[in-house]
Amino acid sequence: MRRLSLRAVLLGLAAPVGALVFAAAVCSVILVVTGHSPADVVDSMSASLDRPRTTVIAVNNATNYYLAAVAVAIGFRMNLFNIGVDGQYRLAAMLSAALAGASFMDGLPSVLRVALTMIAAVLVGAFWAGIAGFLKVTRGVSEVISTIMLNAIATALVAFLLNPNRLAVLEGNDIHTPTITSGGQVPGIPYSGSSTEVHGLILVAVAIGVLYWFVLARTRFGFDLKATGLSESAAVASGVSVKKMVLASMLLSGAVAGLVGMPELLGGAHSYSLNFPPGIGFIGIAVALLGRNHPIGMAFAALLWGYLDASSNGLDVAGIPKEIVAIMQGVIVLSVVVAYELVRRYRVRLEQREVGKALGTIKVPEVVGS
Amino acid sequence: MSGGGLSVGVETAPTPRKRRIRPGAYWLAALGAIAVIALVRVLTGATDLTSRGTVQAALTAAVPIALAALGGLWSERAGVVNIGLEGMMVLGTWGAGFAAYQWGPWAGVFFGLVLGTLAGLLHALATVTFGVDHIISGVAINLLAPGLALFLSKLYFTNAPGGGQKQSPPLTDAPHVTIPLLSPGLRSVEDRHWWLVSDVAGLLGGLVTSVSLLTIIAALLVIGSVFVLWRTPFGLRLRSCGEAPVAAESLGVNVYLYKYAAVIASGAFAGLGGAFLAISSSQFRDGQTGGRGFIGLAAMIFGNWRPGGLAAGAGLFGYTDAMQLRGSDAVHALLLLLGIALLVLAVVQFLSGHRVIAAVAAVLGIGFAWWFFATDALPPELVGAAPYVVTLLVLALAAQRLRMPKADGQIYRRGEGG
Repeated sequence: MRRLSLRAVLLGLAAPVGALVFAAAVCSVILVVTGHSPADVVDSMSASLDRPRTTVIAVNNATNYYLAAVAVAIGFRMNLFNIGVDGQYRLAAMLSAALAGASFMDGLPSVLRVALTMIAAVLVGAFWAGIAGFLKVTRGVSEVISTIMLNAIATALVAFLLNPNRLAVLEGNDIHTPTITSGGQVPGIPYSGSSTEVHGLILVAVAIGVLYWFVLARTRFGFDLKATGLSESAAVASGVSVKKMVLASMLLSGAVAGLVGMPELLGGAHSYSLNFPPGIGFIGIAVALLGRNHPIGMAFAALLWGYLDASSNGLDVAGIPKEIVAIMQGVIVLSVVVAYELVRRYRVRLEQREVGKALGTIKVPEVVGS
Repeated sequence: MSGGGLSVGVETAPTPRKRRIRPGAYWLAALGAIAVIALVRVLTGATDLTSRGTVQAALTAAVPIALAALGGLWSERAGVVNIGLEGMMVLGTWGAGFAAYQWGPWAGVFFGLVLGTLAGLLHALATVTFGVDHIISGVAINLLAPGLALFLSKLYFTNAPGGGQKQSPPLTDAPHVTIPLLSPGLRSVEDRHWWLVSDVAGLLGGLVTSVSLLTIIAALLVIGSVFVLWRTPFGLRLRSCGEAPVAAESLGVNVYLYKYAAVIASGAFAGLGGAFLAISSSQFRDGQTGGRGFIGLAAMIFGNWRPGGLAAGAGLFGYTDAMQLRGSDAVHALLLLLGIALLVLAVVQFLSGHRVIAAVAAVLGIGFAWWFFATDALPPELVGAAPYVVTLLVLALAAQRLRMPKADGQIYRRGEGG
């Protein structure tokens, strides 16, 4: 049995590691063809790892990516594809930033201010995702399409509201929501050797990860959710109301998506502006895939992504377009899903052979058709 | 995580087969729509609603969307969801920028097409050969393509004359054609501002004045797709792969081959759409597609997975896109138009027995009309959301007649049919 479990571990690792190696190989080929040296890229990226600041930025990136990945994974576990995390996160960050920066908040105690801001973000995110969930259960509208539409509508809404006549202030050439005063901010965690601090709300990301694990592994709701994802008809037969589950998981997914912008908003930028990076929702999809929707796996994937992004900034200085990292990330996603599929097929064949051996019915494959 | 997703909420009860609507009915509906638009034009005085310039701008905006939608049609008719259209378009824009500034517009078109085809091949490899979830593969392509395009653009355009890190040198546009006699004749009718007559003249005038050859090619491709997909054995087999791949397999159709062909064609169309975008705006820019691949997908769904429908959807999106560029009173008039359209929809839904939907549509319609009368202008930032809001409303309120290919998004493996 022990040998078997070792093989299971190796098989489990084969897919992500193989995909990473393959992605590195593809990028090396691209670099060589375009006249760069892969060694220079590795040099530059590993040199940046020695700088404490890169580590802090990588961890801060990873915090955002992890929250987005959990939001996506909640949907994934029940066969729902929430592509709208991106719009949910931006709308939630923008509106909660406007609330947190409003002047009446100054009089409130700090804890209450932070809590109110985060609750607002959660509610906005859940509401925006809930539209897609509602359309899905009442009208059967595919959540993929409706969330794509809602992403675009969120972009327009944010552009509309982020205007000095509405929720934003103009400062020089920068338009942003009113800056959150110190009472509403969350202090960072200092890291020796770096002037940038680790976001204090990394603890929220950890808590969400633990909660995600607990709900899925230890509650009836989590069981229903997974069951619906594995087989809708079986879930219906055992009394699960799929409509309720769809709505609940969309709301939860949106709620977590609403939190994505919080570490940066309350710990770094202190106001929402168009500098907030778009596309975190899509990175969340990639991270959830790479980490196989597993709370720990996604944490590693988020750190990898965060590190790749943080260390890519030095590449432009070395004369190599930093987009090589984006290419690498895309190749990783594609090759990791292909690798999982290949490993799965291999595993099925292995299992069939084991069962055949155990039953003593294994045969030499006959030659068909001759 | 299958592309098909959960089937909850989808009405599965067999709907009684309705009498087939004659083609004439569609022309009548189109004429009715123009009459309503003309009425709104007269009421609001927003001449840009049906002016020749608007139609030209709408046409230019609609073509890339229509080509992306055509890409979606080919792929989904063979049962492969292609959400990577956006990424394929991005590659098309870069390819066009790269080739067109060196060897002219037609080389750009060809190069954009080739890059889109390669991206389509990648999607086919992932989804058909390796059985990867279609949407995941598409998302990966959407992550990969913009990175690749920007990487290549930094390499090849930074030191090119007039180029930059994120943009290509200026490109020459493809030739434009104007039909003599007809074009100025329609112009004089349009300038009279008669109800309906001048509006139709403006519409036709936009279609015969300074039309890019690329637009004509796109129109021919839409018509060609109707012919190939619905009038040839090849098309029948291709569509059978999207409806019932196992049945097709049992009849001796090589499902993998047809799926490959369809997805590669899909990438080629998307690449062509990207190339059109870059060439017609005389430059490749980073982020130029701006989600048009996704709008194309929406246009195809809007058009019920049919070429005529997707052309109408692309036209609608192109029209609202064009409105953003034209005066603000035309944009404001759009609110009234949307309100009237929703009220018409409410009546139609009421007559076919859907009381709740009719009520929702009526309330929304009155809401939009009230918004029109209560305000003087629509904030320009919100106009960009119009196509998406319309799509959501269509999906939410009028989607019963939409039917996607039955095996769309499902993973098929040879010899595993039950």
